[in-house]
Amino acid sequence: MADKAGRSEVAERTGESAETAAAGGRAPTVSLRQHLRRHALTVATLGIALLIWLAFLVTAPDVFLNSRIYSAFATTTPLFAMIALALTLVVITREMDLSFGSVMALAMVGFVRTYDYTGNVPLSVLACLVVGVVCGLINGYLVAILGIPSLVITLGTLFFFRGVELVLLDGRPVVLRDPGVEGLRDALNGRTLDIPNELLWTVAVAIVLWVTLNRTRFGAHVFLVGDNPVSAQLMGVRVARVKIATFVIVGVMAAFTGLMTAMQLATLFPTLGDGTLLQPIASVFLGGTSVFGGTGSITGTFVGSFIIGSINAGVISAGIQGFYSQLFFGLVIILSLVLQTLISRRMRH
Amino acid sequence: MDEPPAAEEPSNAPPVIELRNVSKTYGEVHALAGVNFHVVPGEIVGLLGDNGSGKSTMVKMMMGYHGPDHGGEVWVDGKRVRDWSVNRARSLGIETVYQERALAEQQAVWRNMFMGRELVNRVGLLDIQRMRREAAEMMSGHLGFTSGAVHPDNVVQTMSGGEKQGVAITRALHFHARLVLLDEPTMGLSLSETRKTLDFVGSIKEAGRSAVFVDHNIFHVYPVADRLVVLDRGRVAGEFTQAEISLEELIDRLYAVAQTGRMEA
Repeated sequence: MADKAGRSEVAERTGESAETAAAGGRAPTVSLRQHLRRHALTVATLGIALLIWLAFLVTAPDVFLNSRIYSAFATTTPLFAMIALALTLVVITREMDLSFGSVMALAMVGFVRTYDYTGNVPLSVLACLVVGVVCGLINGYLVAILGIPSLVITLGTLFFFRGVELVLLDGRPVVLRDPGVEGLRDALNGRTLDIPNELLWTVAVAIVLWVTLNRTRFGAHVFLVGDNPVSAQLMGVRVARVKIATFVIVGVMAAFTGLMTAMQLATLFPTLGDGTLLQPIASVFLGGTSVFGGTGSITGTFVGSFIIGSINAGVISAGIQGFYSQLFFGLVIILSLVLQTLISRRMRH
Repeated sequence: MDEPPAAEEPSNAPPVIELRNVSKTYGEVHALAGVNFHVVPGEIVGLLGDNGSGKSTMVKMMMGYHGPDHGGEVWVDGKRVRDWSVNRARSLGIETVYQERALAEQQAVWRNMFMGRELVNRVGLLDIQRMRREAAEMMSGHLGFTSGAVHPDNVVQTMSGGEKQGVAITRALHFHARLVLLDEPTMGLSLSETRKTLDFVGSIKEAGRSAVFVDHNIFHVYPVADRLVVLDRGRVAGEFTQAEISLEELIDRLYAVAQTGRMEA
């Protein structure tokens, strides 16, 4: 998977202008130097993250040399990694979605209400995912059809979806301990061959999204829309439809993540997803997906998520107070973006 | 301009494309006002005009990006097309070489070659090997790129302006365009690259295909065009076959248009 992903990153920005290429004589094939330049962004961001992780290893070696911590974040990291994987597509189209935390909770209202009325688990799961689709369609419509900047409008829907959920639940938690949902809990939160199912689901989602991005026409269009929407439109790519689809994918993944999280906690808390904003965004940028659109990789996000997950666990295990993790996620986002900008600017000269 | 195609071409075939009384209004601005225009098979039509004359709008209309306002009609091969769109235009063999911006700069050449028309295999997944192979063949075949110089995996933004234009032109040819729309194809190109591009325009005619060549540099347009159409403020201000007007005369008339809006010097 890794070498194939490298191919998708052929599209990595090299920043070399036409003039320098023409003046300096062009390389006959893709040279090693070009190759390194293309991957510099990913390499640098991952390097920084690894340094942070090494710092934890030094600070709390007994924790970080123990496999239990890794098993622990194999069950917690998926709770934002699947959203991060989906969010990668949105970011490649040069948009952003901030509303997924609220979609997690609102979709779960769809689940518990349907379960209350019907007692049918598959139908309830479907209802949960449908709420995710609808939220994605709303975001997509506002961004792609009305043309409202996504960073602002999804901040609006973040509050709106949360508000609807709080009103519907009347601000009260719902316990999910009915014997009827135990089978679902096994599927989502059990273990297979001693591997947490959360991790297996995440790997499955990563594979599906990797194929979608790198091996389908839709995926090809995702890159084109983020790179040159005018040209893409002129060449017959349905730009608005592609953008809406990426928002729907995030909506569905947020709904599924909400379900997985609530089942893990055996409770739907009205605040579900409240603290999930930073990790997916940090994972996407850490994984080398460009904030300027047009390039990005699912593999990068996958690795990025688990580095973020280890930071999460590391901050706590290193004996630092939990609220320091916000500081770290913020720092990771800022550092990733500064690096992306500096590297791409430097390569232009 | 409502009469049948000019007689300089032997063919009596209906125009590849014909715009009848088309207008395009953006809010208060009349980008095009009742324009009639046609291109017959094998004809190279030069479209001249200053900034804001409506050239770009006209190209976008021919490529299907805009539909005409109410009352205007688009005809292809003597048949009226009502559901005019980019995909419709393409399916009828109308291709655009749309300046350098036609390419997605951060993507590999092969992705650009097959932009919006990606090849898929039997299970519906991208056939990347085939697209790369065909991209390499197109580039060495159509444009004489030596196979090593420009690799289908190269990212477009590392290429020179002429190479980019070559990719866009090759893309149009490969998809069997019958009418190639060239929107300022020489903009930002060096002398030798411009020459290469103009040679290509000649080769379109040799291949029996048609082209609309849009540029405000008449020195580029005049030598390769069979017919010249001058637009001014959304209207056709004048129309000449290359045989009936000299370059000097044309320049004089263009100055007159710029100042008075009329062709007569």
